[in-house]
Amino acid sequence: MSLCQSYVPNYFSIADILATQERVPCKFEMQVKHLGFLDPGSDKRDIEIGTSIELPLWMASVLNSQRPSIADVGLPKVFKEAYRDIMKADPCVVDLHKLAKYFYEFGMNLCMLKHRESAEIANVLVESFKQRFRQILDWAQHSTTEVAESKKLDNTEKIIYQMGREVGSRLHMWLTEGGSLITAADMVIQHKKMKLTQKDLLH
Amino acid sequence: MFCEKSLNLIKELDRSTEAMPAFDDDGVRQVFEEMRGLYDQNVAAANDSTADPDGTAIAGIAIRHAALERNKRCLMAYVYNRIRKVRNMRWQFGSILPPEIKANLCEPEIQWFNSYSKTLALYMKSIGDQGLNLAQDVKPPKSLYVEVRSLTDYGKFEMDNGEVVLLKKHSTHLMSRAQCEPLIIQGILEQITH
Repeated sequence: MSLCQSYVPNYFSIADILATQERVPCKFEMQVKHLGFLDPGSDKRDIEIGTSIELPLWMASVLNSQRPSIADVGLPKVFKEAYRDIMKADPCVVDLHKLAKYFYEFGMNLCMLKHRESAEIANVLVESFKQRFRQILDWAQHSTTEVAESKKLDNTEKIIYQMGREVGSRLHMWLTEGGSLITAADMVIQHKKMKLTQKDLLH
Repeated sequence: MFCEKSLNLIKELDRSTEAMPAFDDDGVRQVFEEMRGLYDQNVAAANDSTADPDGTAIAGIAIRHAALERNKRCLMAYVYNRIRKVRNMRWQFGSILPPEIKANLCEPEIQWFNSYSKTLALYMKSIGDQGLNLAQDVKPPKSLYVEVRSLTDYGKFEMDNGEVVLLKKHSTHLMSRAQCEPLIIQGILEQITH
C-alpha cells in the first residue's frame, strides 16, 4: 500500500477511517434527546448537559463544529501535556503501537478541531516524526532481519519501514542479478500459500 | 453505538491476509438497514416541530446525520478498495481468475472485472499497427531465451514454432522469454538463475 493512500484528505483511505475511529472525551453542552444509549455508563433516554462520554473522532468533530456547539471536545490522554512532555523528552523510546496505533493521523485529525492546544500538538507530531524517522531509516537500511523494536511503531511508520526494507532488498536484487528476472506475481504467490495452508488444515 | 457494522467491514478488509476476502453481503445489508433507520428517525424529528420547543432537536439530527455520512463513507471505501484489488488481479492473474478467488467476488465485481478486461484488450489492440501486449516484458528483457523449471504438472504446452513440450514437475526447459513469461507470472514455471 502506498503512503498517499493513508493521508487525511483521502475519502476512501482505510487507515484514515480507522484513525478517525479513535475516541476522544466529549462534554455535552446541550441536551440531546433520545440518544442516551451513546453513553454506555447510563441507561437514561437523553444525554443531559454536563455528561462526559468518550466518542469517536468523526462524531466529536461534528459536535464541535455546530454553532452553538453541542459538546466541548477535550484531548485524549496521549495528547495531553504529560504525554507531550514524554514525547518531547525522547520520542524514540515510546511504544506508539501500544499508545496510539494511528498516532500521526489521529493527531492531524485532532489538530483540525481547532482546540486551543492544536499548535502545540502539531509541533509534537512533527518533532517526534523527525527524530523517529532517522531511527526507522537506519533500521530499514542496515539490518537484514526485521528489528524487534519495529513493533513499537505506529501505523504510518510501519508502512514507511516496510517500504524502506522492500526498496533495500530490491536494490540488492538489481545489483546482484540485474533487473530481468521474471518472478511470479505477488497475488499469485499469496494465493498459492493460502491454498497450501487450507490443504494442511483439511488433512 | 452507531456505525459499528460498517466499521467491521473496513476492519475485516484491513486485516485479511487473503488475496481477496469474500464479499460480506450480510454485513453490507445490515449497514443499509441501520442507515434506513437513521434516515427515518431524522425525517420524523425534522417534521415534528411540536416536540422541539427549545431548539435542541437539531443536536440529535446532526449526530444521526454524521452517522449516516460515516456509514456511507465506510461502504464506499469498502467497495472502492475491493475494486482496486480486482483491478490489480487483472494484471497479476491475467484475464482468467482462479475459481477460489472468483467465488469471493460479488456479481457486480465480476461484471466490472470482465468489462475492465475487455477495455484493456481493446486498448492494447489499438496501439500501433498490430497491437501491443502491455502485460509482456514488464521488466526489460536481456535475452530471447530463458531457462525455466516447471513447478507443477502442467501438461502439454504448444510453442509458437509448433513444437510441443511436456511441462512436468521439476523438468527444465529452454523457452522463448515471450512465451514463458505469462506462465512464470502465474507461478507455473520459475526462471532458473545461475
